Amino acid sequence: MKKGIFGTLVVVAISMLTFTACKPKNAGSAVSGDAAQKVYVAPGKYDEFYNFVSGGFSGQLSVYGLPSGRLLRVIPVFSVDPEKGWGYSEETKPMLNTSHGFVPWDDLHHVEMSMTDGVADGKWVFVNGNNTPRLARIDLKTFRTAEILELPNSGGNHSSPFGTENSEYIVAGTRFSVPADNVNGDVPISTYKQNFKGHISFVSVNKENGEMNVAFQLKTPGVNFDLARAGKGKSHGWFFFSTYNTEQANTLLEVNASQRDKDFIMAVNWKKAEEYIKAGKGKKQTAKYAHNKFSEETHTATSEMKNEVTVLDVAEFPDIVYFIPCPKSPHGCDVDPTGEYIVGSGKLAALLPVFSFDKIQKAIADKQFEAEKYDGIPVIKYEAALYGEVKKPGLGPLHTEFDANGNAYTSFFVSSEVVKWNIKDLKVIDRQPTYYSVGHLMVPGGNTKKPFGKYLVAYNKITKDRYLPTGPELSQSAQLYDISGEKMKLILDYPTIGEPHYAQAVPADLISKNQVKIFKIDDNKHPYVSKGEKETRVIRNGNRVDVFMTAIRSHLAPDNIEGIKMGDEVYFHVTNLEQDWDVPHGFAIKGANNGELLIMPGETVTLKWVPDRTGIFPMYCTDFCSALHQEMQGYVRVSPAGSNVPLSFHIGKTEPAPAPAAK
Amino acid sequence: MKKLFLIMSITAAMVIINACNSNPNKDDFSTEGTESTESTEAPATTENGNPSYDPKRGEGKFTNVEVGATLDAALASSGEKVYGVKCSSCHKLTDEKLVGPGWKDVTKKRTPEWIMNFITNTDVMLDKDPEAQAQLEICLVRMPNQNLSDDEARQLYEFMRKNDGVK
Repeated sequence: MKKGIFGTLVVVAISMLTFTACKPKNAGSAVSGDAAQKVYVAPGKYDEFYNFVSGGFSGQLSVYGLPSGRLLRVIPVFSVDPEKGWGYSEETKPMLNTSHGFVPWDDLHHVEMSMTDGVADGKWVFVNGNNTPRLARIDLKTFRTAEILELPNSGGNHSSPFGTENSEYIVAGTRFSVPADNVNGDVPISTYKQNFKGHISFVSVNKENGEMNVAFQLKTPGVNFDLARAGKGKSHGWFFFSTYNTEQANTLLEVNASQRDKDFIMAVNWKKAEEYIKAGKGKKQTAKYAHNKFSEETHTATSEMKNEVTVLDVAEFPDIVYFIPCPKSPHGCDVDPTGEYIVGSGKLAALLPVFSFDKIQKAIADKQFEAEKYDGIPVIKYEAALYGEVKKPGLGPLHTEFDANGNAYTSFFVSSEVVKWNIKDLKVIDRQPTYYSVGHLMVPGGNTKKPFGKYLVAYNKITKDRYLPTGPELSQSAQLYDISGEKMKLILDYPTIGEPHYAQAVPADLISKNQVKIFKIDDNKHPYVSKGEKETRVIRNGNRVDVFMTAIRSHLAPDNIEGIKMGDEVYFHVTNLEQDWDVPHGFAIKGANNGELLIMPGETVTLKWVPDRTGIFPMYCTDFCSALHQEMQGYVRVSPAGSNVPLSFHIGKTEPAPAPAAK
Repeated sequence: MKKLFLIMSITAAMVIINACNSNPNKDDFSTEGTESTESTEAPATTENGNPSYDPKRGEGKFTNVEVGATLDAALASSGEKVYGVKCSSCHKLTDEKLVGPGWKDVTKKRTPEWIMNFITNTDVMLDKDPEAQAQLEICLVRMPNQNLSDDEARQLYEFMRKNDGVK
């Protein structure tokens, strides 16, 4: 036995020595020694947080695990995704409908989890489309886009989708002021000051099913809206929007919108606005905007065109909106967990102003306004609203998030760093470099009443020299910091999809426990469902052919179809008969000017195919499903228009080939 | 004891060799050491690792299924509907194999408990049951879990009885 113990000791000693010998000694060890341990999530183990990250110009929403940085999923939202059939299947095409018709792309910037009592409740995540102004809701039971709402009177929905503490409203502020939809917009651009107006949509969210509706819009002076945050706790009932271009320039904004020493943070008393709307003070205006919803019962989206919106002109109601001067083109406008402090981040400012909600209320009560209104809106005196300034924090402040201990974390684009500072005494505690040019940053729960702290992720615009080069176009990146101590520690660095703007993260179990694993085939109400192989068939109606098809490991039924003719429009309605988790089937046919289908268990999805020539067209399952997946295939025969080949279909029937035609 | 020391030294050498290109840890190593000593002494357990496994009943929630002397026609008719949606893609009612085996005479070959456990607890049975594994070797497609409810399983069993000529 002694020898046994001795052996063990020898082994332990030797292996320890060996590990030490392998420790890296190069510059990579600028990252602290235990970084790998902090981010290592062993194979088969789960991450601590779900992290929802905007995909920027990809138009999609990515989902990462933290702290590992594993990419879990890319959810198609505003852009078509042929991999998932999003925008290609007949069922999903209506989701991308707008008043401009089918728009296959957008620019997704910001992310907002649905909230209850000021903390994320894990039901939905809202995202904005910055180009053709839209708002989308993603259902976190299925990780699919459930709803997309177009926004009228808007030119680019940037100041969005920030929400109130019970998701009573998600806001959508226009980035570009433009003439309203109900007036003739064919005006000289130089008439900006007369004709261009801002509109901010307050979109209500149904507490039960999440359905969004434009409850009302505020018509504002023609400035640009950038970002926004709702008040919380004591400031619940208020909303704060950062503005730029208060110069109201319409050209060379880089210079002309940077003239004034201060732009504004716009404080909105939305409870008051709500009262006016309830009292019938809003004006109904004509507008045209699409409202698209996906039904989990029919597995199909519908698009409805709306034609009216209720508008309150804030100039006519003196107690809804106030402007607060904020230095140099403010970008972020962030409210701390208590709801008392509002941090403005002037992109060109050398300091960070922190405003006090209590002081703002007092200033309004005491009418501490500038002598001159701005376009009819009272302007609160800067000092009357100011709690204090963080001096020399860095260059180019953009966004601020918070931890649970009274600290704020601000990103600095120009000086490429994240700066930690104390909200009460406004002193800088720590600064850490980012690689490079950080835009947004996020702390799990960092926008809520109860931040989780622990981690901070910086989203970088530039990654030059950080990864193996990939030609002229390089990925953007995320950098994970441990913020559990006094100093922030960089512990991980990974590329992202598209351009990551804002992101949020929530504890994994808030979401993981609610996951839908299959759709029950009995509950499938798709008009073209086949509940079992006996219901499969092919039906011709003029030149429209509907194929009722099923997929199960490992065959498509029917898998031999004849009698399709040139000029036909063929709809393959494929029902996945599986009732087990993680068994999707795919579907594709040669030459289709279309994507593939991915059909989840119990779901029906439709691929439209217009044959362009006669002949034999193979079709197959695209998603590896079983040992005989490769056998999951079939043929469609296409004959000339007017051919007398009868419509027929079967599976498993073998018949002798017809005798060759007599010579 | 000498033997034990030898095994450990060999393992130690392996750890050293691997130390720079993989991520071994002390736990893995000691497990390895214990296993190689124990396996020489400890007697083998049952073949399926579970001496209480009853191959007639299979494994699952059904222990005793009450079956009437005559057919419950209404139950069988419900079962036929379930068959149409969830089973018919792969199973014929004759003895002909399609993807899975044909159903003819299945109620004569297997107990109701075995059948109902198999169709509701498919993955576990495929991993454990010798008969199910023998079928898998023939069909080479693991039967999908079709998320049948307990009631649906019973209805299907009655339909199988009908298919096997019970009146």
